[in-house]
Amino acid sequence: MARIIVVTSGKGGVGKTTTSAAIAMGLAKRGHKTAVIDFDVGLRNLDLIMGCERRVVYDFINVINGEASISQALIRDKNCNMLYILPASQTRDKDALSLDGVGRVLDELAADDFKYIVCDSPAGIEKGANLALYFADDAFVVTNPEISSVRDSDRMLGILSSKSRRAERNEDPVKEYLLMTRYDASRVKSGEMLSLDDVQEILSLELLGIIPESKSVLTASNQGVPVILNDKSEAGQAYADVVARYLGEKIPHRFVESKKGFLRKIFGGRL
Amino acid sequence: MSIDPQRKPYTPPVLEFKSSTFFAPVLILYNHDLHLIEQSLNEKISQASDFFKNSPLIFDVQELNKENNEFDVTVLIELLRKIGLFPIGIRGGNEQQNNQAQKLFIPVDTVRSNEGSSELAKEQEQVIAITESEQPGSPPKTNAVVDKPTNVPKPTAIPATLISHPIRSGQRIYAAGDLIVMSQVSAGAEIMAEGNIHVYNTLRGRALAGVQGNKNSRIFCSDLQAELISIAGDYKTSEDLSDNVRKKPVQIYLQDRALIIKDIA
Repeated sequence: MARIIVVTSGKGGVGKTTTSAAIAMGLAKRGHKTAVIDFDVGLRNLDLIMGCERRVVYDFINVINGEASISQALIRDKNCNMLYILPASQTRDKDALSLDGVGRVLDELAADDFKYIVCDSPAGIEKGANLALYFADDAFVVTNPEISSVRDSDRMLGILSSKSRRAERNEDPVKEYLLMTRYDASRVKSGEMLSLDDVQEILSLELLGIIPESKSVLTASNQGVPVILNDKSEAGQAYADVVARYLGEKIPHRFVESKKGFLRKIFGGRL
Repeated sequence: MSIDPQRKPYTPPVLEFKSSTFFAPVLILYNHDLHLIEQSLNEKISQASDFFKNSPLIFDVQELNKENNEFDVTVLIELLRKIGLFPIGIRGGNEQQNNQAQKLFIPVDTVRSNEGSSELAKEQEQVIAITESEQPGSPPKTNAVVDKPTNVPKPTAIPATLISHPIRSGQRIYAAGDLIVMSQVSAGAEIMAEGNIHVYNTLRGRALAGVQGNKNSRIFCSDLQAELISIAGDYKTSEDLSDNVRKKPVQIYLQDRALIIKDIA
């Protein structure tokens, strides 16, 4: 059975696509056949982050409309042969998505022995976002440590618990996980950012990981290589931890405390 | 709209039953002597002939039966009709008298027999007493039961709505009765109840109790951080909450159109 994961946030620019690319790569690297789908029709980005933009022939909408088969549209990743990308259409908008069409594509992927299907949700709470989460089994809620992002995530959680297929069918609810991105422990310490505790007080979700603010994320995006492949980068390591925790491994959380604070302890506050 | 081909064309109804209340004089008899009854009735009617002319009448023989006087109802009915009254019911008669009356198409008025009615009243008082004591928020009043009119329809209890999952930003919950929330209510969420609201967690969203105007409804929460609280339309916003109630377990109720927020710890 394929497990459908939605990466969602409500707010834009918090790191949904970066997260989708990283965890899809992480799961595939561990040997699970994984597909990652860009639901941001009209604002196609995932192919850039995955570095496959020059190989796009057919897209998600073509498959929904029956203009191409799923195997024609899927792009195999060049770094990992267990990972496939289904890009969004850049020339269309979200109205081109339909509940039946999305459901059919997901069924076909499941029938094709995909173990994990990662749905990269667009920002907002409109059709694209709703369809991205509708079929989900698990939800990765990507949140930045600032109040508007937290509130939007809270709103998304409300939609997950009321408008998803699992909610409509009265099945077990969508399993919700918190992913805190762009976390800067030193700025949290100085009170400029919300702390993990502040966010958890509002959202109270199972924390899958904290992704520290890191220059390597931007570099990775520009190069079209998911940041998880950079094991020297803290963000890359953090995403690797996230994948491991999602698969059930018990790993202590990192990057919660400020590194400067740690050094300060050693040097007795002289830094 | 679909049109049902089976539906018959509209025809005006032939008849209709409606419930209604009438006033009719009750003739209470204290003496079984028919001659005396006739004499007394004629005297009364001569004093106000218009009032008694063709008047429907219920006759009450309860007092006569208390003294075990033999009394023929058939003769009484004939007498009443002769005088120009329309007997429409017998009250307080024994089995034989009731049978006699029914043979002459006079119905037996059992519901309003004095003993029966007092029992019914007691029963209704008990119903009211129970609902009074079940109403949280209203202070127990010893006189409340006596003050209530006895013809209040029995209120139907609406079960409380229980929610144990978090209520997230953007979600709205409406309860026709009381609302009990075991989990947090996020900022941007809205919970409404026609009755009381209980939140056994942090209340950050909006909470509106008594939305149909029940001024006795209350809001209880174990951690008040609400954006807005309202009872029967009177509200306070987050700005109006003082620091000595914020983040505390409180109850909120209405007193003289003012919202009172009180620590319940």
